[in-house]
Order: sequence, then structure tokens, then C-alpha cells
Amino acid sequence: MNIVVCVKYVPDAQADRTFVESDKTTDRVGVDGLLSELDEYAIEEALLVTEAGEGEVTVLTAGPEQAADALKKALQMGADKAVHILDDQIHGSDAFGTSLVLAKAIEKLDPKPDLVLTGMSSTDGVMGVVPTLLAERLGLPAVTYASELTVGDVTVTVRRDNDAASQTIEASLPALVSVTDQINTPRYPSFKGIMAAKKKPVDTWSLADLGIDPGEVGLDAAWTKVESYAARPPREKGQVVTDEGDGGEKLAAFLAERKFV
Amino acid sequence: MAEVLVLVDHAGGTVRKTTTELLTLARRLGEPSAVFIGDGYEEAKATLAAYGAQKIYRSESADLVDYLVVPQAELLARLVGQASPAAVLITSSAENREVAARLAVKTNSGLITDAVDVQSGDGSGVTTTQTVFAGAYTVTATVTAGTPIVTVKPNSATPEQAETQPVEEVVEFTASDAAKTVRITATAPREKTGRPELTEAAIVVSGGRGTAGDFSKVEDFADALGAAVGASRAAVDAGWYPHSSQVGQTGKQVSPQLYVACGISGAIQHRAGMQTSKTIVAVNKDEEAPIFELVDFGVVGDLFAVLPQATAAVEAKKG
Repeated sequence: MNIVVCVKYVPDAQADRTFVESDKTTDRVGVDGLLSELDEYAIEEALLVTEAGEGEVTVLTAGPEQAADALKKALQMGADKAVHILDDQIHGSDAFGTSLVLAKAIEKLDPKPDLVLTGMSSTDGVMGVVPTLLAERLGLPAVTYASELTVGDVTVTVRRDNDAASQTIEASLPALVSVTDQINTPRYPSFKGIMAAKKKPVDTWSLADLGIDPGEVGLDAAWTKVESYAARPPREKGQVVTDEGDGGEKLAAFLAERKFV
Repeated sequence: MAEVLVLVDHAGGTVRKTTTELLTLARRLGEPSAVFIGDGYEEAKATLAAYGAQKIYRSESADLVDYLVVPQAELLARLVGQASPAAVLITSSAENREVAARLAVKTNSGLITDAVDVQSGDGSGVTTTQTVFAGAYTVTATVTAGTPIVTVKPNSATPEQAETQPVEEVVEFTASDAAKTVRITATAPREKTGRPELTEAAIVVSGGRGTAGDFSKVEDFADALGAAVGASRAAVDAGWYPHSSQVGQTGKQVSPQLYVACGISGAIQHRAGMQTSKTIVAVNKDEEAPIFELVDFGVVGDLFAVLPQATAAVEAKKG
């Protein structure tokens, strides 16, 4: 069972995330970044599956130079090898461009993966559509928002928790599965893992290596356009009282004043 | 005037408020055409007509219910080809965003997700508004290719009635083989709480670590206000409340009129899920809790004392 995990290097949500003024794209260079938290669950799941049997975990990302940090963390956790798609012409791609680049890279992997794992969405764009677009491009069944995963010889079975119900969903391998943060607890890299990661192979591919025409990706090829962005004014701290036996009543009075009661 | 396709959100024919919001938004862009999938059409029809649907496409094909995402995208792609609409509006949810993405690829169209407003743009386009980076920025955007496909968050518009007599069109539909590769083999419905749905509710009362696993005071307060109940990630990870109630970066993002955070410290993980709420209130024992930076009103105190008193006071004001 060979698994490829697609990961993303994202601006740290604890930092002041912002846009690049010149082209209104997300600032991925001026803001500290890291492996997207939701991707850790996908890496962990890939490790659990391969540890129970045989096979390799390849971690894949498309991103600027700094995105190598995301791959490094995955290798330290235990992934076997990494592929970094690095090409300035990818800058500003929309989800369709991103999915094209990732799909071409996956098609180039040897041996072919039996399973593609991703997080349920990134933590910066938070669209949650790249997994399904990737599956569409690769012609794979997509089983998304998995909170539990069982991998059989020819099928995968997933538990998906919707609002109205909990569903059991099945698809034939090869397949793409996106996982939620409920599925496992990602491991911290061990000292041994950190040292071992230094020797693991990282391949770097450009658009030319993938046979992608630059006109198909990047900012100009995007099918949507950011017209403007504006920082929202920070909320002003309102009134805070200490409960002295009347806190509840004061709360109710506030709600009544604001017409919620 | 061009049509605007609106995918109807319903449970067995009971049309959700989100659909009435989308129909209202659709009227800004063209003539709303509702797309109804599944059972319960007779019940839904009245609501769709009351909120301005000029046309209703309906399909009862089992393929649309038995399989996930791809059949719905195929049906909508067919309708887009047939009707050349000005836009397609779909309520934002995990599954719907996937439907929208597949639809966009099939129709070579741009996709905007989680819009909080949709306006008619220059020429025949649409302009959307989104709040991004956990509510730190507002962004306006347009679609530059194909038919604008937009997923819209709940509570993005006030529904406005506009009685119409819709033209009905039954659509015979069979999904392609490629659409049938993911099978739902079992469904275990959740117990209904009788409370409003979390992302649609006007008021949300959430509990966190400070509840120590006992959500009863949170629930009583929510019921007094007619609110939905949410939970912090800590509460969900501890198994105290289901993941479907989780408010936060890795759960649901809500933007109700009123958000009450009880026993929740307000770490960024949680704030990302609620900080665009119109009014924010918090109850927490710790006066240093970051949540108090966001509040319009806060009580430093034990929620086990404050909430029951507040519940009683609210009930008294109602009565």
C-alpha cells in the first residue's frame, strides 16, 4: 500500500496573516509559515496504515521555497520521501490550478500510489475543494471528511459524521480520502525521527518537469479575482463585570437591552 | 432576464431558511430558478413560490440520493448548459462546496466559496464579499471565467418574500458510472435536539472546558433564548459534545446575531469560528481569558452560578 499525502505550507494562524499589496495574493513569504495543522492528521493516518502493513509514504506539496519546512516536518514524523513542486509561475493559482499541479505530480510518482490522503481543507483558504478536484482530475473516487478509515485489500471504508447523521461510506481502491481532525492524534517527531529525516530524499520538480504549460496555472490563469481587501476593525472590548451574586441578572439585563430577550 | 440557479436545501421537503436567503440574493442577479432534489416536493413548492422562485427544476432520481456529490454536480452541469444562468448559488456546507467545485470544473467556471454577500457586478458579473483569515479581513472578488458558482454562508441575507407562480420542469436524470463509485452503505441518524441548526441559528450558546463535561446549564440557557448549542474543540475532544457542534477553525464557522461563550478561554482556534458574530458575550472564571478581548459584555464568574441565574432572569422577562 503506497500512499501519497498532499500537504500545504500555510501562514501561521497565530501570526498576522495578510495580503501582498502588489497582486492581492496571500502573503506566504513575509509571514511565518508552517505545515497546515489539518495535514498532520493525514500524515499520521498514512503512517498508521503503512505501519500496519507494507508500503511507503510520500509527502507532496506545491509551494514557495519555504514550503520545504512543511515537507521536513512530515519526514520527521515518519514519511519516507518528499516531493516539492517549486516554480514561481505557480504563484497566485486558484484551487483549479493547484489541483492540476498536484495531479500531474501524483501521475508522475513511481510506484503509483494506491491511496491519496489529504487534510479536509487548508487552514488559510479554507475552501476544502482541492481534495475533490484532485480526485476528479485523477479519476479516483473521493471519500472526504473521514473521521475513521479502514483500508482493505480492494476497498476503503470510512465513517463520516455529518450534522444529521453518521454515514458509513465505501469506495474501491485506488481512492482519495480526506481526513478530519477527529481521526487520530498526530505524533510528535521523535529525536530519532528528526535525525532520520535529514537523510530522506526530497525531489524538486518544476512545471516543465510536470509537462504543464505555465499559461494553465498562476495568477493570470485563475478563474476568480480578488478585487479588494480590507482589514476589519478590531473589536472593541465592551463591559466586563465580576459576578458578585448578580452576574446572571446583569447578563440577562444586557441581553434584554440589546433586544435578544 | 437570465436565470439564477439555486440549489434547494431541505429535509424531506421542509425548505431550510438558507434557501430562502439564497432566493432573495438570486433576485438581485436575475430570475431565481430553484433546483429541487429528492422527496417532499409538494411541501417545498409553497415555500419556494413564497420566496420568489420563478422556475423549479425537480428530480426524484435515486442516483441523486444514494451517491455523494458527483451526481448532483452532473445534474447542475446539465442545467447550466441548458439554461445559461447568470450564476449558481448553493448554501455553503462541506458537501455542497464539493458539489460546487465539481460543477465548476465541469462547466469551466470560477468558484467562490463562503460568500457573505453577493451583488450584481459590472456588466453581467457578480461581486462577492467574504471574510477571511478568521475574520481579520474582508475581501471582494469576482469570477473571471464561465458561470459564477458561489457558495453562500447561512445568515448572509434577510429572506424577503415575493409570491410567484413558478413554472415547473421535471428533469429525468441518471448519473454516469463515474459518479457511482462512492457508496453510502449505512446511515445512523442523530437524535434531533429540537434546537436550531448551528450555522443557521440567530443565537448560539457554546460550552468549553469550563463545563467540566456538564453542559446542562449551557443547554438550559440556550433553550431559554431559543438558541443552538455549540462546543469548543476541547469539549469535543473530551467527548462531551459531538464534532458536528464544534465551533472553531477545524469545526464550524458561525456568524450569528449573538454568541455566548461559556467556560471557553478564547484561543485562536475557537475565535476563528465565531469572531464575526454581531454581539459576543462570555462567562469565564478567568478574568485574563482572551475571550474577554472580544466581548460586548462579559461576566467573570462560575458558569454554574451565572448561567442558571441568567436563565431564570431571561425566563422571567419572557413571562
